[in-house]
This record gives sequence, C-alpha cells and structure tokens, in this order.
Amino acid sequence: MPHDTPIFRLMGDRSLLVELGNEISPSVNQRVQELFVALDMHKVDGVKDLVPSYRSLLVIYDPLLISASDLEHKIDGLYQGLDHAQLPAPRTIEIPIVYGGEQGPDLESVAQYHHITPQEVIEYHTRPTYRVYMIGFTPGYPYLGEVPDAISTPRRETPRILVPKGSVGIALKQTGIYSVDSPGGWQIIGWTPVNLFDPQAQPPSLLMMGDRVRFQAISAQEASRWQP
Amino acid sequence: MAAIETLEIISPGIMTSVQDLGRYGYGRFGVAPSGALDSFALRIANLLVGNSEDQACLETMLLGPGIKVLTDVVIAVTGGNLQPSRNKQPIEMWRSHAFKKDDILSFGNTVNGFRAYIAVAGGIGVPRVMGSRSTNLPSVLGGHHGRTLKKEDILACNEPRGPMSDTGRVFNPDWIPQYSDKWKLRVVPGPQDDHFPDGSWDTFFDGTYTMSQDSDRTGIRLEGPEIRCKPDVEASIVSEGVIAGSIQIPGDGRPIIILGETVTGGYRKIATVISADLPLLGQIKPGDGIQFEALSLDEAHLALQEMEERINNFKRKIN
Repeated sequence: MPHDTPIFRLMGDRSLLVELGNEISPSVNQRVQELFVALDMHKVDGVKDLVPSYRSLLVIYDPLLISASDLEHKIDGLYQGLDHAQLPAPRTIEIPIVYGGEQGPDLESVAQYHHITPQEVIEYHTRPTYRVYMIGFTPGYPYLGEVPDAISTPRRETPRILVPKGSVGIALKQTGIYSVDSPGGWQIIGWTPVNLFDPQAQPPSLLMMGDRVRFQAISAQEASRWQP
Repeated sequence: MAAIETLEIISPGIMTSVQDLGRYGYGRFGVAPSGALDSFALRIANLLVGNSEDQACLETMLLGPGIKVLTDVVIAVTGGNLQPSRNKQPIEMWRSHAFKKDDILSFGNTVNGFRAYIAVAGGIGVPRVMGSRSTNLPSVLGGHHGRTLKKEDILACNEPRGPMSDTGRVFNPDWIPQYSDKWKLRVVPGPQDDHFPDGSWDTFFDGTYTMSQDSDRTGIRLEGPEIRCKPDVEASIVSEGVIAGSIQIPGDGRPIIILGETVTGGYRKIATVISADLPLLGQIKPGDGIQFEALSLDEAHLALQEMEERINNFKRKIN
C-alpha cells in the first residue's frame, strides 16, 4: 500500500529521496508515477532532475535555489492533491523476441532450473502484460514486472562482462532488456531487434515508466527482416 | 556559432574526454549525468579563458595528452598538477595563456591531484546530446563520438566571446584547492542511515580508508574497516535513484563512492558527500587515505555557499 504521507530521506545536500511505499507493487509504483508527473508538470524552480523508481522518486535540486524544507513542503502539498490527478491511459508496446539460441544462452538452464521445457519458459514469459516499473541502470533499460513464479529465476552467480544490446533477461520476478552493451548478471533467455534507446530522438527512450509491454516470440529469420 | 578546428590530439594520454557540468533532466530515461568530476576546476578554467562557466573542457587524468594547437587561442589548465607545458616550457596552472598556431601543449608526471582540466576560449565545440556536451563513456554517447580521445582526433572550438586580451587572468592563489594524499570528506548521513547500527557509524567515522586501484570513473572503491548493516535488514534494497557522492555499502561491507555515471542502484547508502566536497572526488588517487566527517544539512549548505562565494568573487574580479 502507498504511504499516506511521503517519507523524505536526505541523499546529501542536493537531493531528496521521496519514498511512497515499502514494497514493489503496482499501486505504490503508480503513486510514484503520479507524483513524478505532477512534480514534472509543476516545474518547481531549482529542481534539476527527477528519477522515478519502484517505490520512490529521487528529486535532484540546486540547494542555492531551493531549500530541502521548502521542497518537502511543495512535494507534500502535491502528494495530498494526487487523488485528483489523472494519468493518461497507459500505452501498450509489443516487443518481438527471438528466444534461445546464441542470443538467449540461459533459456535451457532456466528451463532446467524449473524442470520445464524451453518452450514452456517462452509460453510463460510471453503470457503477462508487464508494467514498466522504472527505467534505469543504463539509458532506456526497462525494469518490467512481474514474471510468473513458474519461471522466476535468481541472477547468475557470475555476472557476464558483456551482455549484448537487445538481450532479454530475467532476475527473480523482474524481466528487462539490455538497452546498450553492458555488463550484467540477469539470465539471458532471448534477444530483440527493437532499439530501446536513441540519444538523438525525443524522447530518447522507447519506453517510459508506467507503460505496458507485451512480448511476442518470433523466429531468427523474422528478426533479421524486422524493420523499426 | 562558427566552430573552428582548434586542437589536434598528438597523444591521447591515459584517459582524456570532453566534459561539461553534466547532463541533467534525463534521469527518467536512465541517463546518468556524467560531467567533470572536479566541477570546481572546470568552472574556474572556463572563467579564466573568458567562457561562461558551463562550457565543455577536456578532462584528463594522471598522464595528460599531447595537443597541437591549430589556431591562435587562449588556454587555461586547472585541477591536479599534471605539469602542463607549452613547447616543453612549463606553464603556470590556474592562469590563462595565449597559445599560437602550432604550439604544443603537453604534460609531465602528476605532482598532486589526479585530474586536470583544459579550457579553450570558446569552449570545445562538440554537439550537445540531450542538452550536454559531456561524454558518457559507459553508454558511448555525448562528447567526441562518445569515447575518450585518440591520436589524430581534431576538436573544433566555438568562436571565443572575447578577444585574445583574456590572457594573463589568474585565479586567486589562496583559493586554489590544496590536493594532498590524505583527504577529509564531509558527508550528510543517509538516505539509509537507519539501516546501520551505532557501531558501524563509529567504524565509518573513526576509520581511515584507502582508495582502491579498482576505482574508475563510475566509482571510488574503498579499502578499510568493513561496515555492517543491522542484522534484520535485507541484503539489498529496492532499486532507487542515486547521485554522485552517495556512499554505497555492498554486501562485503566495503564502501564505494558513486560518481556521475550511475543513475539507479540497489545498494544501501550510509551517507552522501556534500556538494562543496564533490569536486575533490575527481582529485583523489588510488592509494590516498580518506576520512569522513558528518555534517548537518545546514552546515553543508554553508560550505557550499562559501565555495560559490569564491567563484562569484572571481567572476566580479574579471568582469
């Protein structure tokens, strides 16, 4: 459940962590999204950046322009008025995935971990409509939830030094897509030809917090013909 | 603004990149700020050459680059003393110098500090990406093709605001930060201050830490007394936004000071370095000793105002 009033935590003298709940849940995350949208639209002087995540909103500010207490006061006021804020209906984005093979090297081991077939892993993974809980880690990287218990798998014991861009991974109840080449420890079960991040585009990220995502299994051949 | 080819990299040094004051407003898309680690040195370097303080400069580390100047231009070098010279003659740091076409700017060994900033009148003219010219090295974006500089790279600079008369500007010697190999970093406790028992706070503030060789532009890893969290809190926390200066305590208890290349993380943070001391993080080098001191939010704010007052005084002096 979302908190009745935000919990403010100091992250140094130039950012405030605004906690709106304890757990990972759609209701807490939606409240974060509402506060994020409200604060973003409000254009408070001195606020430099907003980083929404699962259950909190990080507000980075210029302490020469606004004090932490004034900022807390403004955020408190906005939070109390949130019940009336209407978020736009969420977008649903379909993302095609090639499961298994060289680009999904952990599909087999995820199946073995749960004593099911790789095909069943694919069926479970494509079943839910996922919520984008947050964008983070690298530019455009979506944290999606929730993965069905039947395929929820812990991170690899040894992270990979390089996970290619487009790789689709599982970490317990989360699933995500590597948006750029980076190190990573998630179980990689597939790959998408979709580009999640373009620094020249506006907005630069394909996905935003609060979006919905559905995965669709495609063949390697279909992926090679895939056009954005 | 017309961009003029101004600098040619003859040797790149260990790690030289284009940086400004960072990329803000894109955290929601998972984009970290990047930017100069020693923002104080970058701001002063810009002011010395007649730029606004937020222009892009070159940030270099430990062994600086060799640079051929392609057109007459004003240059200043600030930050750690990497022994800059013009045509092999040492030049003073924290002061602007007139460079002539074909002059060579080069560097020697590091005398103190870790990173130097090279400002050129007009500012480095790479395109802005998401509002900033800073290089985000892990994500390969911004700066000069998203990477560190290489031999034969040519950098254009924007047209200078002022004439060559900007040479001979000097930053007040009393205000130049003193870089040693022992550092005191002032911090504001939190955000997860309630996750640590009293004993861990004593360990953290009484201990001396050493910057590890494993450190890089993403974080300063520390060796020293390990910090334990309360037994009843989980090993990791739910991922949340982070900022440069946050001091993470991973499961092994060895603190990591996050720098500007991280936007979210799932490790608890015991404290955060204050804004006034943030520029020092760019000057600590592997092997240096670090101690922490707790400040209240009001004290941190005073320290920041003091630093800004110095910069404002300097601005008044040169205008």
